[in-house]
Amino acid sequence: MTVPAASPHPDDPLDAVRDAALATVAEAVTLEILLRDRAGLLGDKSPLLLARRALGQLPAAERKEAGQRVNAALTEVSSAYEQKKDVLETERDARVLVEEAVDVTVLRQSLPHGARHPLTTVIERAADVFVAMGWEVAEGPELEHAWFNFDALNIPAHHPAREEQDTLWIEPEGSGLLLRTQTSPVQIRTLLERGAPCYVVAPGRVFRNDSLDATHSPVFAQLEGLCVDEGITMAHLRGTLQAFSSAMYGEGLATRLRPSYFPFTEPSAELDVQCFRCRGSVELQPCRVCSDEGWIEGGGCGMVNPAVLRACGVDPDRYSGFAFGMGLDRAVMVRHEVADIRDLYEGDVRFSSAFGSGV
Amino acid sequence: MRVPVSWLRSLLPGLTAPVQDLSAALIRAGFEVEGVHRVGEDVSGVVVGRVLDVEELTGFKKPIRFCHVDVGARVHEVVCGAQNFAVGDLVPFAVPGAVLPGDFRIAARQTYGHTSDGMICSAAELGLPGDPSGILVLADRDLGLDAGLELGRDVVAALGLRDIVLDVAVGYDRGYCLSMRGLAREVATAFGLTYDDPGLVTDQHALGGSASDGGCEGQPGQRGHRVRVEDGCDRFVLATVTGLDPSAPSPTWLQRRLVLAGMRPISLAVDVTNHVMLELGQPLHAYDAATVTGPIVVRRATTGERLTTLDGTDRALTVADLVIADDSGPIGLAGVMGGLATEITAGTRDVLVEAARFDPVLIARGARRHRLPSEASKRFERGVDPGLAPVAAHAAADLLVRLGGAVVGPVTDVDRRVEAPSITLSVGFSGRVAGRAYAPEVVIARLQDVGCDVNGTDPLQVRPPSWRPDLTGTSELAEEVIRLEGYETLPVVLPPAPAGRGLSAERRLRRTASRALAAAGLVEVTTPPFVGAQVLQAIGGGTTAPALVNPLSAEESLMRPSLLPGLLKALDRNVRRGLADVAVFETGHVFLGAGSTASSPGVVGAPTDAERAALDAALPDQPSYAGLVLCGAGASWDRAVETVLLLGRALGVMLEVRAGAAGAFHPGRCAQVLHHGTSVGLAGELHPRVVTALGLPARTCAAEVDLDALVAAAVAGGEVKAPRVSSYPPATVDVALVVDMPTPAALVEAALRNGAGELLEELHLFDVYTGPQVGEGRRSLAYALRLRAPDRTLTDVEVLGARDAAVAEAGARTGAVLRS
Repeated sequence: MTVPAASPHPDDPLDAVRDAALATVAEAVTLEILLRDRAGLLGDKSPLLLARRALGQLPAAERKEAGQRVNAALTEVSSAYEQKKDVLETERDARVLVEEAVDVTVLRQSLPHGARHPLTTVIERAADVFVAMGWEVAEGPELEHAWFNFDALNIPAHHPAREEQDTLWIEPEGSGLLLRTQTSPVQIRTLLERGAPCYVVAPGRVFRNDSLDATHSPVFAQLEGLCVDEGITMAHLRGTLQAFSSAMYGEGLATRLRPSYFPFTEPSAELDVQCFRCRGSVELQPCRVCSDEGWIEGGGCGMVNPAVLRACGVDPDRYSGFAFGMGLDRAVMVRHEVADIRDLYEGDVRFSSAFGSGV
Repeated sequence: MRVPVSWLRSLLPGLTAPVQDLSAALIRAGFEVEGVHRVGEDVSGVVVGRVLDVEELTGFKKPIRFCHVDVGARVHEVVCGAQNFAVGDLVPFAVPGAVLPGDFRIAARQTYGHTSDGMICSAAELGLPGDPSGILVLADRDLGLDAGLELGRDVVAALGLRDIVLDVAVGYDRGYCLSMRGLAREVATAFGLTYDDPGLVTDQHALGGSASDGGCEGQPGQRGHRVRVEDGCDRFVLATVTGLDPSAPSPTWLQRRLVLAGMRPISLAVDVTNHVMLELGQPLHAYDAATVTGPIVVRRATTGERLTTLDGTDRALTVADLVIADDSGPIGLAGVMGGLATEITAGTRDVLVEAARFDPVLIARGARRHRLPSEASKRFERGVDPGLAPVAAHAAADLLVRLGGAVVGPVTDVDRRVEAPSITLSVGFSGRVAGRAYAPEVVIARLQDVGCDVNGTDPLQVRPPSWRPDLTGTSELAEEVIRLEGYETLPVVLPPAPAGRGLSAERRLRRTASRALAAAGLVEVTTPPFVGAQVLQAIGGGTTAPALVNPLSAEESLMRPSLLPGLLKALDRNVRRGLADVAVFETGHVFLGAGSTASSPGVVGAPTDAERAALDAALPDQPSYAGLVLCGAGASWDRAVETVLLLGRALGVMLEVRAGAAGAFHPGRCAQVLHHGTSVGLAGELHPRVVTALGLPARTCAAEVDLDALVAAAVAGGEVKAPRVSSYPPATVDVALVVDMPTPAALVEAALRNGAGELLEELHLFDVYTGPQVGEGRRSLAYALRLRAPDRTLTDVEVLGARDAAVAEAGARTGAVLRS
């Protein structure tokens, strides 16, 4: 420390007081000690404050210089004190944070975590794709009358297609009440209610008298689509299904139509979508998604049979349309590699939980 | 339909395409190829053997036979588990060292206490289509040895087994393709081959026969069998074949074709009828002429008549049955199955061959009523070519002449066909359906490929061929053009986008509901909607539920009137699988009340409003419900109730709660949930009796609400009106009120709300106390009130005024007093 060249009171040890104060500050090792020492350093009774109070008793000639020296000493001590306090406070804060540290991996998982069923979310996803194309979503009853499920769909009594569908019938026997075997009756209801033009998809559960095993369920979900307007062609059917397949399974996937037969469409086709995993490429096979077929079955479709339009009061000479139906269970199973369809209907929470709130 | 490629090639000598191209062509034409079986390539060491004796071994879990089989060079001992062969039968025998498909090597071994020195093979073991459960019996013991089937001869060579068999799926509209003849036409079209259709009528079919007399009775020239058609048949041809050598066996080529096609050789006469059916698509029936007495009549059965069919079953007939009868009564179920009394036997010399076209609906009904789906009924249901009967009858007769030394007698032909009208087709129509143009000559050529007669230029006059009864209108004709030109040539075009309105409010709200329940910590499940009467009774549901006529299981024969049975079953399954804490929900339809009968309107035009209303009135009510069940940690009656309230809040629907009572619920822990005073659901803890009856964890809780009602309430509520959010400071004040025990908290709360008036911003219950300080039969309810004004800071006077008014109202309504 440099001793000032001149002292107003050579016998008054201001410098010594200041140095002692600075030393006290420097020696304070904890915040508590520093705060306890404050009174002695900068308090009213501290030597420096007492010295400043004593300035008034000095002769005017000396007062100015002495005042400057005392103030300088006070400033120096006070600044040293504040700096030290900052340092010690920071140290304390750091220590507290360390002391308060926890093991963030100790979790009791007490918040219940819910989840939605993949069939629900796939229905929403599929519906959203069509809504984005300007379509609307319709619904119909699950317990339906045979007229909507069969007659109006050009499947008269004793048509082999009726037998094939293994219908679950409702009492009283012969009442014509049944569990719908397809979502197609919603087509009929929609056309009867809205008439043409009509762009509607109808997701829902359908039922067959099939016993439950790894690949069959008596209850499953379908998505039905119906477009009726002037000038609708099979090219529009192809375009729509291509757009939908890309949205559901991935951009750039090819689709393929194979001739088929459904009583309510003419011409009729089966839709195949290129396998999203191997895309038919031998290098990526064996493929567990498509069993090396290169294609995934996408559902049935076709141009609405004029007989169906007539049964719904729509003039087939003015309007034409297409319809399609696809199995949503199959879509979920293919997308998520579900090996056993029973997983969809048994209600095991471990199954649904994997899907979170939507996939 | 199993299609041996060699058989197809015999009809299409020009067909040289490899099998994968053939398969692709069929798929492209609309015939799914479900399997390609390569037969005989991986079989060696299997020879023709004759079963010399059979000893039934006893004392084992299943029937076991010990046999001796003569393969010519020596006799092998063999142990066999199948039962469908008898002493004298010719069988395929794998000698030690033989190899079967899948590199299955046969060696002598000890089993069931005997040496088994080889193996008697089933069709499946040889890689053949056919019954996998029994032995492939090559020829009946009663038949003589065919040259090709001499003992010890290699079976693959003897039967010409090396072949490729396509398993082709045929749609309902393509009955003609349940034959080699029909598929050959499709293949010929696909590869541009000329096709000599063996099913077309030629001059020879008139020989030895007689035309219809135009009425219902066929009267052949001199000695023909008389036929009378009364009902259900528009073509009936009966060929008389006499002098058949009953010992003549089916030649190997014929047996082989049948085996490859999945049928079992039986006897020459039967094999010949099956062969003609497979080749041409015309089901035939052969009667032993000696057993037929009097004219053949096609008629409805009369109630009380009976018939023992070929399968040995004695059947009661009704007027719904179409039968073939003679003087003795019914001798066959028309188009379904023949009768036992007129069956071809080992001694049959004179045969009547029937080729007919029966009414598809009558046959379909008959086959179903008698549970007798057969190769014949399958074809009749889908429509048999009415032009085919004489061709098929002659083909069968010719084979019997050639192979059995028989002589063809007169042929009766009752022809009551009505010619189908021709269809007027605009030449551009196919293009308008497809969304692309087809040249007129393409349209004409494709229709001709199908077999149509096409006349005119535009419009075309199109007469479909007799084998395509499905071609009834312009759409069907367009499909043929588009299909044969290839679906892959269709353009890919999106329809012009309509002005969509997005999701309806109802659908948006449904999604909100499902998300809210998941966010509340419940896992969504989807359960089958079938329930049992016992479960419904256990949960105290007095509701009538629709019953299934043909339930999947007798234990679950009703449609659910509540989601709870399915949810509880799922909960139980989870618990059984070791998950203690379960919280699951489901949204879905329930079925209330039984359905009734409504008759179906026609389909010529739209049904009238009255007809539609009648159809809908017959359906039971099917609202959507939301249900949830909880057990284990975190399950409590109040979580069940509060989850429902939270669901209401998510939908913007204010719900109230009051004590409720319902069979399934604990009588003291059941909340009825209301909206504007109308009940919309129940929530709480299940009745201990229900918990016990269903074997559920103790204190299982549940809730069920009418989701449709909540959604309707939300929609009716209209758009949300935004609250004015005051930025002035709030005043909080707590009140503890002492009430008599039975007074519901909801009443106290409602009174406080009312009394506090507009200044009340929020109120909640934060403490419930019972004990000595408030006295016996009473409890203290402590509420926190938050008060705030929209336009000023509240004064103490205002705050205390509001509090006092609230307390006073609670006092007035419930007798509540401030806790001192």
